[in-house]
Amino acid sequence: MNAALTIPAVVPLLPELVLGLGAMALLMVGVYAGERAVRFIDGASIALLLLAGLIVLALPAGKLVTFGDSFVVDGFARFLKILAILGSAAAIAMSIDYAKHEGPQRFEHSVLVVLSTLGMLMLISAADLIALYLGLELMSLPLYVVAASQRSSLRSTEAGLKYFVLGALSSGMLLYGASLVYGFTGTVNFAGIAQSAAAAGPGLIFGLVFLFAGFCFKVSAVPFHMWTPDVYEGAPTPVTAFFAAAPKVAGMAMFVRVAVAAFPGITAQWREILVFVSIASMLLGAFAAIGQRNFKRLMAYSSIGHMGFALIGLAAGTSDGVQGVLVYMAIYLTMTLGVFAVILSMRRSEGMVESIDQLAGLARTHPTMAFFLAMLLFSMAGVPPLAGFFAKFYVFLAAIHAGLYALAVIGVLASVVGAYYYLAIVKIMYFDEPAEGFAAMPYELKVVLAVCGLFNILFFLYPGPLVGVASAAAHSLF
Amino acid sequence: MTSWPILSVVTFLPLAGALFIALQRDDEAGVRNARWAALWTTLVTFAVSLILLWRFDPSSPEFQFLEKRPWLGGAITYAMGVDGISLPFVILTTALMPISILASWEAIQSRVRAYMIAFLVLETLLVGTFCALDLVLFYLFFEGGLIPMFLIIGVWGGPRRVYASFKFFLYTLLGSVLMLLAIMAMYWQAGTTDIPTLLHYSFPRTLQIWAWFAFLASFAVKLPMWPVHTWLPDAHVEAPTAGSVILAAILLKLGGYGFLRFSLPMFPQASVELAPLIYALSIVAIVYTSLVALMQEDMKKLVAYSSVAHMGFVTMGLFAMTAQGVAGGIFQMISHGIVSAALFLCVGVVYDRMHTRAIAAYGGLVNRMPLYAFVFMVFTLANIGLPGTSGFIGEFLTLIGTFRINNWVATLATLGTILSAAYALWLYRKVIFGKLEKASLFNITDIGWREIVVLAPLVILTIVFGIYPQPVLDISAASVAQLLDNFQHAVGNVQAAALAR
Repeated sequence: MNAALTIPAVVPLLPELVLGLGAMALLMVGVYAGERAVRFIDGASIALLLLAGLIVLALPAGKLVTFGDSFVVDGFARFLKILAILGSAAAIAMSIDYAKHEGPQRFEHSVLVVLSTLGMLMLISAADLIALYLGLELMSLPLYVVAASQRSSLRSTEAGLKYFVLGALSSGMLLYGASLVYGFTGTVNFAGIAQSAAAAGPGLIFGLVFLFAGFCFKVSAVPFHMWTPDVYEGAPTPVTAFFAAAPKVAGMAMFVRVAVAAFPGITAQWREILVFVSIASMLLGAFAAIGQRNFKRLMAYSSIGHMGFALIGLAAGTSDGVQGVLVYMAIYLTMTLGVFAVILSMRRSEGMVESIDQLAGLARTHPTMAFFLAMLLFSMAGVPPLAGFFAKFYVFLAAIHAGLYALAVIGVLASVVGAYYYLAIVKIMYFDEPAEGFAAMPYELKVVLAVCGLFNILFFLYPGPLVGVASAAAHSLF
Repeated sequence: MTSWPILSVVTFLPLAGALFIALQRDDEAGVRNARWAALWTTLVTFAVSLILLWRFDPSSPEFQFLEKRPWLGGAITYAMGVDGISLPFVILTTALMPISILASWEAIQSRVRAYMIAFLVLETLLVGTFCALDLVLFYLFFEGGLIPMFLIIGVWGGPRRVYASFKFFLYTLLGSVLMLLAIMAMYWQAGTTDIPTLLHYSFPRTLQIWAWFAFLASFAVKLPMWPVHTWLPDAHVEAPTAGSVILAAILLKLGGYGFLRFSLPMFPQASVELAPLIYALSIVAIVYTSLVALMQEDMKKLVAYSSVAHMGFVTMGLFAMTAQGVAGGIFQMISHGIVSAALFLCVGVVYDRMHTRAIAAYGGLVNRMPLYAFVFMVFTLANIGLPGTSGFIGEFLTLIGTFRINNWVATLATLGTILSAAYALWLYRKVIFGKLEKASLFNITDIGWREIVVLAPLVILTIVFGIYPQPVLDISAASVAQLLDNFQHAVGNVQAAALAR
């Protein structure tokens, strides 16, 4: 009786509470103040996210658990929450200028991003299947809305609708998998599933496969990647920048936590799935991107490939592997945000352009922008000494340790193929004759690009902190 | 031993120069500053590297000027150091860089600042590659060089530069990524990527074979060995003169250095078992690419193919694993670094004047350019390997080193020296001798002061090393002896174990 009346500990939940209440408050401000408050709400949303990030850092150390073991804050969750928050904050900052030029300035955009981030944080901390589903839906529903936020644009509406229908389908599969898992183990709690997983037999594997299908959809891994190119291309560019960064981090977090925390006993079984998904994603990402001329669509294939690389670490199934995934996601976030800062700056007097051919001669018209973009692209290709090399280094290191030699060899070969299309963009910028220059880059995009670019260039000087934190975070799962 | 990190200074000094240039404005004064800053940076770097030479103790086979700092956590550290094998390459790099900058002084007119920055960054990465004492650090420098070289070929290259730069980049990347996986496998096996430790670690045979092939994939492309040499002629032809110089003189040496530093000492058993493969590829390289060189119509392409042939001598000598073979291989690399650099500079001299590299466009230059004819003559003879030039010492040592092990290989390789005489003299006759008939050549001028300053040191070195090769051989002698000692020891152990079974 007493137990039922006890209020669950709220301290672990503090960042989420702050975000949730803050988002409501901002919504109220927006409703009453209307469009005048857009600038204020954008700024306040960023501040709110950063505040939540600070609270995550300030939480008491160690593993915090609440809500009957369904919500956990450990090193792993802290690391990824910070990443997701940074990704979202940067995405809001990057949308300010776009809305000014392109179109309806709506305060809801920032509020929705904050709400979606709230979902991500819950997802990252989820330690049972129900909490996981709640977090997932809270993350996804605002995403569907912002994808379709340019109501007058056919492409944007199509992207939103496509994303919604396929997202609902994947949620259905995930729920079906969750129900099978529950049916065969009798619990939704990850620790409980882990205990009875080994004895549960093939039915559980079915559930696992459906769960993984849902996860693959969220991180856009092959064979559930089909929505990615269309949604990336169709959605307004700042929204694409948001999609490409923070939700991927959260999706990867739930993928890793479920695989490692809930199914540690049957690693051999899920590893086969992951090896396939990883290889297929890397190859598709590498080959399909070659023919793309639209930069956003190209980034979609690029992100599919990157998810394939990150999943190598998970396929290894070890602490090293998870460390690799974490390092990969952190570096992926900076690379993606940096590249999107450039895409968002591709504005001429007649409006936004998206084709990579428009970058011709960028090295002469905007040398600094071209330099940073080139470095980010080389980083994405995994060329040392840039950060992207270290991202790949750690996942491959784990794969070799786990004896996944074929996966590693196919992976590095895919990275060579992938290097081709990154080089092709560098070629357009540096070797081709200049086209008309772009409008001046807005201040906040400059900051994002410079921070991401410098991070990628200088990472090799002092990789210790990130790698160390990622290592500690990975250990907290095992 | 040293109180200040001299190797890091040599490595990162050019980067400081590059930063300075990046801060210059993009006007006429900025361009002038960029040129001078690049020249002074490379000269100072060269001077500092001479301190290295001066304080180096050639009687010790150990790594010297050691530096070690935590880096990637765990066993992967920032470790630098040089021994008798790597020091000559460091000096070669720092010495050729000011020459390359001078050679680009007037030839490069567009985007000068970016060009100079790319060169200085490249120097940092090259010196770092030779100094790195950690496999991951080595890989970082080794691969990092691709980015500036890609831009140098692609931005300032000839008409087919895009094709050449892509081919260069993707070929080398493809070779290297497999090496990266082998490095990781070695890390998990030995628990460290510290090169001095790994030099004495004996890997199991299966791993040796796989890793040997993975390293071969990388170094064979870099060196390049037949049949993966096809990127080289394209890259050379399209690159600007100074780019070709660095490519031929230093980048190719990374492959040979890699064999010497990693393949031989770390995988001795695999090296013994697979040496016949290397011999075969070397012979094909020497004979076949020499024949191909005979057919070229482009001067740079001819020199490029001759580079491939000369690198065949290097691999042959190294894998003979005799004192003469290995010492000869090192010497041949240094000598080729000087001679091929000089030959590309010579081609650059006439290209700057006539803007064509077609052999048929020239003839009778001796009438208008006597000094040039003399310089070109010295390097042509050195390329052939005439006694009295540095080219002779290298080829001779590798040949006798190999002859002791396998006289058929050495005999076939000797054919290559005959062929090299054929194509090099043919080129010389076509370009320099004959009547000055082509109207376009009537007003061609002889080499100027800047070009003399560039070429004179190379002429002197070619002849000095041809007559008195001792300095180079002495520096590396102790390290080579230890390398061979360890090698025989490792192979002997395995054979003894096999006999005991």
